Amino acid sequence: MTDTSDSTSIRDAVTRHLPRRYRAELRFRAAGLAAVASAVGILLVLLASILSQGLPAFTVNQLVLTVELDRDIVDPNGDGSEASLRRGAYSRVLQDAIRAEFPDVTSRRDLRNLFSLYTPLNATRLMDAVLEDPALVGETRTFRMPIADDLDLYLKGRLVEDRTPDTDGRLTVDADGSGLAIRSSEPDFAGLVEQATGMLQAEVAALEARAAQARDRAAALEGEEAEDARYEAERYDGEAADLRDQMAAAGGRIELGDELPSVLVELEGATVRLTALDSDGMTARGEAMLGEPAGMQAGAGAWTLYVIETPESRRRVDDQTIVWTRALDDRGRISTDFNTYLFTNADSREPELAGVKGALFGSILTMLITIFLSVPVGVFTAVYLEEYAPKNRLTDLIEVNINNLAAVPSIVFGLLGLAVFINAFGLPRSAPLVGGLVLSLMTLPTVIIASRAALKAVPQSIRQAALAVGASKTQSVFHHVLPLAAPGILTGSIIGLAQALGETAPLLMIGMVAFIADAPTLGLEGLTQPATVMPVQVFLWSDGAERAFEARTAAAILVLLALMIGFNALAIYLRRRFERRW
Amino acid sequence: MPDNQTHSPDLTAGIDETEHPTKVIARDVCVSYDGKQALNSVSIDVPDRSVTAFIGPSGCGKSTFLRCLNRMNDTIEGARVTGSLKIDGTEVNDRSIDPVVLRASVGMVFQKPNPFPKSIYDNVAYGPRIHGLALSRSELDAIVEKSLRKAGLWEEVADRLSDPGTSLSGGQQQRLVIARAIAINPEVILMDEPCSALDPIATAKIEELIDELRENYCIIIVTHSMQQAARVSQKTAFFHMGTLVEFGATEEIFTNPRDPRTQDYITGRFG
Repeated sequence: MTDTSDSTSIRDAVTRHLPRRYRAELRFRAAGLAAVASAVGILLVLLASILSQGLPAFTVNQLVLTVELDRDIVDPNGDGSEASLRRGAYSRVLQDAIRAEFPDVTSRRDLRNLFSLYTPLNATRLMDAVLEDPALVGETRTFRMPIADDLDLYLKGRLVEDRTPDTDGRLTVDADGSGLAIRSSEPDFAGLVEQATGMLQAEVAALEARAAQARDRAAALEGEEAEDARYEAERYDGEAADLRDQMAAAGGRIELGDELPSVLVELEGATVRLTALDSDGMTARGEAMLGEPAGMQAGAGAWTLYVIETPESRRRVDDQTIVWTRALDDRGRISTDFNTYLFTNADSREPELAGVKGALFGSILTMLITIFLSVPVGVFTAVYLEEYAPKNRLTDLIEVNINNLAAVPSIVFGLLGLAVFINAFGLPRSAPLVGGLVLSLMTLPTVIIASRAALKAVPQSIRQAALAVGASKTQSVFHHVLPLAAPGILTGSIIGLAQALGETAPLLMIGMVAFIADAPTLGLEGLTQPATVMPVQVFLWSDGAERAFEARTAAAILVLLALMIGFNALAIYLRRRFERRW
Repeated sequence: MPDNQTHSPDLTAGIDETEHPTKVIARDVCVSYDGKQALNSVSIDVPDRSVTAFIGPSGCGKSTFLRCLNRMNDTIEGARVTGSLKIDGTEVNDRSIDPVVLRASVGMVFQKPNPFPKSIYDNVAYGPRIHGLALSRSELDAIVEKSLRKAGLWEEVADRLSDPGTSLSGGQQQRLVIARAIAINPEVILMDEPCSALDPIATAKIEELIDELRENYCIIIVTHSMQQAARVSQKTAFFHMGTLVEFGATEEIFTNPRDPRTQDYITGRFG
């Protein structure tokens, strides 16, 4: 073969393979792009869901009440001393304030309900305010307190499904025996009648279906079991027949029990709950929930129909409480504020007063201990191992063990902390000091490995240059190698610390996974006070029985995320600051 | 060097070296790395105030010998140096000699320019600072300026001393490194292939600089370029397979080598 034909055939071969190579490249790039897009997509979905869950927790609905700090009540000894002020009946002050809003409420049961509009813990807050400023005694002031967590959710539209259907007619309310007769000039209730009838018929159908099912089962079974199934079928049949009879006997009138939606009629300053709807869709019976509606009239558009779709038996808040809440809202006694309790309070059993302050301070104290222990120890270990240590069996052994430590499950460090720091050294439980020590142990291998990698990456020529002008080994390390490795060391250390910041498992063993109602003080003495940390707070709240903790969990995650982002931003800033080319 | 004026100006002739005293005396210097012999019984007398070139194929031991002179071999694990190596009559290879003190009087320039990632000023000032050569800021300024002038870099960088040393071009970086080396006023300057990473123009500048510097310093240069050796050096040593094959006046080595291996190498038959 001559050279020319050779080069032509090579060119042919290259050209032949070219499309395949380009296709492979295209495939790879498409796959990469898809990977990035899906990662970003998942991240956005995650962030959106956390935000939508957590953002409502950043606002709180507060009762704004006028409290009379009567001297006789809050200062029983009458000397204005702290001891006397502490004995004051602050809950009575709050009770009086809310009773002043609803003077009609007199029965014990209703009063108990009324006082559950807020948590009794607010009395302590009021006491604290008075203790801070004793001049308040004898004064009349407005006092803000968060409304009960369920009502907060109700006001945010997250507790019940509700709607306000349009109304056209003139409304008249008349006393009728023990109840009220309600009449609209237009069939404003027709839609409700239809809805309620449909629901009752569906209920009947469901009962009949269950009876049929039981009968089928009875046919397939024998003996006692068949007897039981037959009995069950009869029971369902009976219930269905009763319901049908009721509907027939009422002559089209539908009783609104607690299994059906609640219907409220709101007039000027009064509220009526409908107890029964007539089939004509224009008349109904009701009972007064607020004010004195008997004898009232309202023109078209001057009254509203408010329907709570979630039946009373299936929600945590009854109609009466909702009526009071709406009335307070109507009178401007409720203001929606930024939820400062989330940041100024530590954990609480009452969601409306629970905050992340304790966990935040605990995290800060724990991280300070971790930073001051793991970073210097880790960096200098790395410097010694990388720059000074002779290369022998012992060094190899140490290196292998450090690498293994990085792979040890974090809970094992918690066990170690329990055995060594708490049992052997006698350090207090639940303390940020012990938490920091345990997290330092966990972070050390990461810091050492990252620092060694960063030191290795410093070119040998820099060390030689320093040595050649007569620098000693230590001078060459501290003047040149360490500053050049600083960005890498910082990045590695901060990744390790960020991991420690998000760690719960090792803290389980040393008692930091606990309900702690007081925030530790930010200072030396805070190191031994009981505390918890942010991820633990998220974990505890996610387990909370109250529904309002759901939003607070997401809010705590947001705070933790913000902390992490801040941490990483600091890492990027420091890296940029120290980064030098060589 | 106050007495450099007393030397005759015909140094550039490069033949008559007898009047320069011997600066470095090596006798039976052997180096092994992890038991592997890299340098075998090298004995050489290097004259002061002149340029001595070490030439030879890769791996022949010329750089290894150079690194013996400032004990840089100490930093290599498993390196063993035996034999006698004296600079101005002081035994270099002695345990009692602190390499830090030695390196203060034996500067070194490496193959690849390796300025510190600091400002130009700090690069030059680093040596004087750690050795405490300047008592005040103005003294330090004077040393930096003098060194940069000697390295022929002052005109180019005088107005940007605070720029990073790494922002200079390759040739400028190498001259900066030379300035750094001479800032501590060494007696011997070792250059390990200082121009191999540079373009011909930068190389010419460095060679010009080397020629100027030899008035004050004993310069030993390792090079792969025989033209360079011929251009800048007064004496040339040819290394081969860890031994010193031939050592003599540069002119003689290149025109009339005694050893057939030298002959083969300079005529390009191997290496």
